[in-house]
Amino acid sequence: MTLRGTPIARAPGFIANDTPRIVTSRFEYDDSYSLDRYLATGGYEGIRAALALGPEATHGEVRDATLLGRGGAGFPAGVKWGFCPPGVWPRYLVVNGDESEPGTYKDRLLMELDPHQLIEGCLIACYAVGLSQCFLYVRGEMAVAQERVAAALNEAYAAGYVGKNILGSNFSVDIVLHWGAGAYVVGEETALIESLEGNRGMPRLKPPYFPAAVGLYGMPTIVNNVETLANLPWIMNNGAAAFTQIGTESSPGTRMVAVSGHVKRPGVYEIVNGTTTFRDLIYGDDMCGGIRDDNDLKAFVPGGGSAPWFTEDQLDIPFEGRVAGSAGSMLGSGAVMVMDSTTDIPSAALTLTRFYAHESCGKCVPCREGGSWLEKILTRIVEGEGTNRDLELLMEVGQTICPGDFPHASSERLGLEAVPFPYQMTTICFVGPSAFTPVHSAMTLFRDEFEARITKRDLIPVAVIGGES
Amino acid sequence: MSFFNDENRKLADEIVARYPRRRSAMIPLLHLAQEQAGWITQDAMQEIASLVDSTPAEVLGTGSFYEMFKFHEVGKYVINICGTMSCQLLGADDLIHHAEERLGVKAGGTTSDGMFTLERAECQAACTEAPTLQINYRYKYRVSTTDFDRLVDQLAAGALVDEIPQHGVLARVRQSIPTDRSVGAADPADENEPPVWMISGAQLRPEGGGA
Repeated sequence: MTLRGTPIARAPGFIANDTPRIVTSRFEYDDSYSLDRYLATGGYEGIRAALALGPEATHGEVRDATLLGRGGAGFPAGVKWGFCPPGVWPRYLVVNGDESEPGTYKDRLLMELDPHQLIEGCLIACYAVGLSQCFLYVRGEMAVAQERVAAALNEAYAAGYVGKNILGSNFSVDIVLHWGAGAYVVGEETALIESLEGNRGMPRLKPPYFPAAVGLYGMPTIVNNVETLANLPWIMNNGAAAFTQIGTESSPGTRMVAVSGHVKRPGVYEIVNGTTTFRDLIYGDDMCGGIRDDNDLKAFVPGGGSAPWFTEDQLDIPFEGRVAGSAGSMLGSGAVMVMDSTTDIPSAALTLTRFYAHESCGKCVPCREGGSWLEKILTRIVEGEGTNRDLELLMEVGQTICPGDFPHASSERLGLEAVPFPYQMTTICFVGPSAFTPVHSAMTLFRDEFEARITKRDLIPVAVIGGES
Repeated sequence: MSFFNDENRKLADEIVARYPRRRSAMIPLLHLAQEQAGWITQDAMQEIASLVDSTPAEVLGTGSFYEMFKFHEVGKYVINICGTMSCQLLGADDLIHHAEERLGVKAGGTTSDGMFTLERAECQAACTEAPTLQINYRYKYRVSTTDFDRLVDQLAAGALVDEIPQHGVLARVRQSIPTDRSVGAADPADENEPPVWMISGAQLRPEGGGA
């Protein structure tokens, strides 16, 4: 078998750095997505190891690795797998490859550059939990990812790695590539299942809270993110103990983080979980190398468009969910968007709010109505048509989606009471609150920029006209 | 009432058979219809409805939820310019404005020669390469206004046909499950036993196989 073997300088958007490589180890090869390359670099050894261990011990290994879900919520995958009710069959695996959270760019790379690693991850999960069919839901707009995954599945079927009697064992599973068609909300796991059942992608009412109990066709269903599954071959090859040696006890392993916006070297980095800080990432010489033109940092979104914003005050926070949470935000989907001192904050907030207003599925009234009103009010403020009353109105509309205190950062500097993540919400899923998040962060941290945009007087309430009664 | 050509009809049957319930094939079949005609026609919705045991109204109701399905004719090339945060921070608004002027249509419109439909799109998962756009869902990274003009010229001259198929064609490589390797998809109502490898006591010893 002849392999080309010439490492390419870098994949689009990807910069190799010196941290351990768990999920991106093949990215530098220009044939990283081929079966030959995969087999030459330890491919399909993880499923062999699992088959030798048996399903229960495989599940145990993943549980011991404390592999936190990489989709956004950060829930331990091994624990999630354990929520399948005993004795209820069949069970399914649904792979969430509907990556569309603003700023997030990692699952697409994993699907385009190393699809066999994902396929092997699916096999390991199916084997461990007894999942009899796997649906690999790839975002519709990712045409190249679909081609690469389709080609890899065809290769894997032909070579006996997927389908009947895998590697000659009695483990058999089909993996079906499924296309999305453009809807952000489908990334929510119950909406993903609705979509896979051939319906509008609207989140389901909860309870039941976990698709592991009631999911696809009402059966136990594990929904895992692409990056989560991509970690499994490494864990089976190297063991949970080796995995937990990297990072911290509560956040082991590595994670992929996309850093975009006003940095010198925007890119996707595989960083050590738990210990790498935002300062390492944004200013590190082996990572983003600082802010463009050496400008000052104004603010950054730490975990995808849904995450409350951080500023310089939080640069030394590590990639550790609980630390980020108590500081008022979340690590979410590994997406950092950086704003430098030239950024027009009200416009930046509007861009994100418009995204969530546009992507509301319309099922919950506070999101459907609130999101679009937040967008309308914010638009008129940005366009210089707002009044002082509009600033309060934004917060009032936000309260209908997220009643009570809303999480924010920098409470000490601002002289406010600390409010940790998450928030209260009146909607089924996080789309509605996410329309308010950028408004709240921007108004809390940079209220002066909004006030400077107000050029109109407040309307005088009718009752006041005419003076004393 | 038949809409799908013979080849696609065969594919449609194959796709339906992959799912435990036919209705799950709804979105894949809408994609297949859009691939054949460039957009979703009434005939397509009728045939899909019969293939997934549904009604044309349900097909429209479901399909119209999703951004990618077009229920009217669109250009040969649908240009989606990302307007979400990282792209906006790096000049997407200017790029969209320039594209509107260059093509002579507002975002959402189609040029009179039927070549281009322009859309303002949401995050395309290429944030480190901002500003980005997609032409029929093929990426172009770090697009300047000059790049945009050159792209439009090339597309108009038919220079990028190999790289960018016409609207509706998504993946040019399809999954194909060989019948002798396929496990098959039973309706969950007909299947309530654990899979064989989960039955306790079964010793699993992989014996060769594979590549």
